[in-house]
Amino acid sequence: MDYSQFLMMPQEIGLLATFLLVFLYDTFMPAKCQKHLPVFTAVAFAAYTAFSFIPTCTGTAFAGMFEQSQATWAMKAILNIGTLLVILQAVKWTNSDFVSVRRGEFYELLLLTLFGMFLMVSARNFLLFYIGLETASLPLAALAAFEKNHYESREAAAKYIFTAIFSSAIMLLGVSFVYGLSGSLNFAAIGAALVSKQSALLIVAVAFVIAGIGFKLSLVPFHNWTADVYQGAPTAVTSYLSVISKGSAAFAFLVILAQVFGSVYAEVWKWMLYAVIVLTITIGNLFAVRQRNLKRFLAFSSISQAGYIMLGVIAANTLGMASMMYYVVVYIFSNLAAFGVIAAIERKTGKVTTDDYNGLFKTNPWLSFTMMVAMFSLAGIPPFAGFFSKFFVFAGALQGADVAIYVLVLIALVNTIISLYYYLLVVKAMFIRQDDCVIPEFKSHWSEKAGMIICVLGIVLLGIVSCVYTSLEGYASASDALFQLIR
Amino acid sequence: MIFDNILIYFVIVPLLTLLGLALCQNKGIKAIRTVAATGATVLVALAVYLVVYFLEQRGAGNDAQMLLTGSWCWYAPLNINLALGVDGVSVVMILLSAFIVFAGVFASWKIDPLPRQFFMWFYLLSIGVFGFFISVDLFTMFMFYEVALIPMYLLIGVWGSGDKNYSAMKLTLMLMGGSAFLMLSILGIYYHSSADGNLTMNLLEVAKNNAIPHEWQLYLFPMAFVGFGVLGAMFPFHTWSPDGHASAPTAVSMLHAGVLMKLGGYGCFRIAIYLMPYAATELGWIFLTLTGISIVYGAFSACVQTDLKYINAYSSVSHCGMVLFAILMYNQTAMTGAVLQMLSHGLMTALFFALIGQIYGRTHTRDIRDMGGMMHIMPYLGVGYVIAGLASLGLPGLSGFAAEMTIFFGSFQEAGLLQRVFTVAACASIVITAVYILRVVGKLLFGEVQNEHHRELTDAVWFERFSTTVLIISVAAIGCFPNFFGDIIRDSFLPVVDAIKSVL
Repeated sequence: MDYSQFLMMPQEIGLLATFLLVFLYDTFMPAKCQKHLPVFTAVAFAAYTAFSFIPTCTGTAFAGMFEQSQATWAMKAILNIGTLLVILQAVKWTNSDFVSVRRGEFYELLLLTLFGMFLMVSARNFLLFYIGLETASLPLAALAAFEKNHYESREAAAKYIFTAIFSSAIMLLGVSFVYGLSGSLNFAAIGAALVSKQSALLIVAVAFVIAGIGFKLSLVPFHNWTADVYQGAPTAVTSYLSVISKGSAAFAFLVILAQVFGSVYAEVWKWMLYAVIVLTITIGNLFAVRQRNLKRFLAFSSISQAGYIMLGVIAANTLGMASMMYYVVVYIFSNLAAFGVIAAIERKTGKVTTDDYNGLFKTNPWLSFTMMVAMFSLAGIPPFAGFFSKFFVFAGALQGADVAIYVLVLIALVNTIISLYYYLLVVKAMFIRQDDCVIPEFKSHWSEKAGMIICVLGIVLLGIVSCVYTSLEGYASASDALFQLIR
Repeated sequence: MIFDNILIYFVIVPLLTLLGLALCQNKGIKAIRTVAATGATVLVALAVYLVVYFLEQRGAGNDAQMLLTGSWCWYAPLNINLALGVDGVSVVMILLSAFIVFAGVFASWKIDPLPRQFFMWFYLLSIGVFGFFISVDLFTMFMFYEVALIPMYLLIGVWGSGDKNYSAMKLTLMLMGGSAFLMLSILGIYYHSSADGNLTMNLLEVAKNNAIPHEWQLYLFPMAFVGFGVLGAMFPFHTWSPDGHASAPTAVSMLHAGVLMKLGGYGCFRIAIYLMPYAATELGWIFLTLTGISIVYGAFSACVQTDLKYINAYSSVSHCGMVLFAILMYNQTAMTGAVLQMLSHGLMTALFFALIGQIYGRTHTRDIRDMGGMMHIMPYLGVGYVIAGLASLGLPGLSGFAAEMTIFFGSFQEAGLLQRVFTVAACASIVITAVYILRVVGKLLFGEVQNEHHRELTDAVWFERFSTTVLIISVAAIGCFPNFFGDIIRDSFLPVVDAIKSVL
């Protein structure tokens, strides 16, 4: 075996090394040092995140199973930033009473799921992809059950594990059809073999694969688990589920659809995805309007955001790919800012409904400011980055598009009005309803503050400074070959 | 260097003021007022300098379509640039905005609560307005347009009065709806902007390429026109305007009616008509009908209102309808009149709202049935109100007359049946304007004193007098020297008219 192949995966190896460090600290350090474990993890992971930005060599390894390209490299670095923010926000929570005995497990499982997601992003073979998918899903169920003394947390875990298994099974069935049609599990080989084969079985296979990954992305009609799991799981886990898990699945989804099923883009999956996007954005939005629990509210808002992310996939071109990755970065910062505020307030006061946020500006101006910036960014209001990311996914989807896609973008744009309404409801509660203040003034922990400051800086700067999007576009262009079947 | 271009300072100065205000966190109200007023003064100085510079260049024979142009690459993958440039219309709009920001700062001298936050949002709003007028890049224009929208929500929601939650939400969502259409239209223009694949967002290049296929124009033009028309309070998308204006605090009503609604008219001709002349000639009749309805309907609605702000808001619908109506005549005279009307309406509505705010601040009612005889009680405000009213109904020597005269001269040049019908209707609306203006003046200023407590009220104090005097002088200046402005504006419409002629 050629061991130099491992040089292709420095980010994965670095992540495993970080995981081992945390594991060793958890296992061997004396009890009195254990309360520093969260900070230790944060520092170690920050160092690793910085390391993951070092450019790597690109190419394929393990007989074409694993591919490292500039785009996958960038995607993993993006996921690292998001995970770092989640870890920062969780520092104080993992030292709280009921959780502290298991805090080591929290970080270990978190890093393991991230490893699974890395495999999903880089896999160019269904076997490896499936391993990654399962490595990413199973520990997440354990994480959702982390506050096991809470009924909702256990319920969330059960719901998550059942839907995850079910969706995996459906996807595997689809994959087996594909294998029957093409005789291969390698993405590129399947893609080439399917060019000449148009059969009804292929349509079913595409539908099953979309359904399988759609569960992960909580696309409508595979979204029913989302709200309950988001509400029940600990807030740190919810924020991880909503951004990191979603971002990696979206990227893998794009790769599979383009590389494996590229030959049936215009006939089959463009229209399937079309319907899914319309439903996802609209239904996610309409349900979000009615939510009063902020975690449920963000669950539905994240469903509709996933629909916008899919606009970058339906574009099926490098501009769409770059826009999708950019959307994920911006979405990570915006959503984690919102979850950061929610987590800080929940930890101090246990309050999570919109009405509890009345008059928050009077008692906690900085928290309200962070929340406001996050809401405006999620709604796509300039000068915040959310505006740019929305504009770019639309631009990506419309490149060389026909009238049908214009209609799709119009539907998405009309939905931004609905979404603005419910995001403004939160802003209204904080800034306009100043007559009764429910939440008293309090000080957040330094780690929470650091997380929120990074998020706000990201939201403000990512749009105005163009280099992130420009370089992502460069990386996506380097992966131009992904789309060769579509053209 | 981008900082060599004077135009960028129209964004930088409000931004610095905003940051300055942010630093005033623990300072007193005096520091906040000083910073806010300084920013506004610098803006007025810059705007006056810009006009002088513009006249100088034109006088020296520089007849480029846009002056002070410059382009700095921002997002290379989509060819988005920070492209700046001004022609006569932008110059006078910038001047207008600067004056209204200036007057607005003094009109909200005693804003309460949270004055610092109020001025910060106010300056964010003005960044949007100025940025829109100095840009010639579709993306940047759209971005600044949206920047101007969102501060409105908080300004009305936090500092407004009456049913402010409802109004603020309605206004924000309707304007956002308009901008949703606009965004699609802009992307459509971008992807059809060039026949040879060099796509561009720069509107001058788009116009020069003239490559948007006719069938696409028919889709994109209505979206762009409706997108801006919502902001320009075009019937039937005007319903945010009365509620919004009625609930907004004084300075915000001033800036919104005075400047923000003008973004609509400006965008309509600069983006919708200029870039898509074929669709403009094909579909113009639909929008001409809608604007004709706006003019008459707005005027009639104003007649039956009893709340001073509602009267003025509906009168704004009527006057802004006139702006879009004149633009849709597609000739130079009418379009020049449209911009004069933007100026005139901007200043006089700002004046109206300032006066209404000051009257309301004393009487705590805006219902004309509860007030009367104000001329004796507060003569300064009374006289100001009469001047604003006379400007609104078109007394020669004040701004309204010059603007409306130019518009009607222009629109009678068009011999089409539809144009004739709506021109006659629009002329008739002046009479209705006289009805509601004189009704208010008679009842509010010269009628019986309705409430004995009102006799103890005082007249305007120095900062109120100052802000209204600035506006009154401006209104009179436009009325007395319309040609000064007309000359600056007129040539800017040549490219638009040429574009229209080329497809007829």
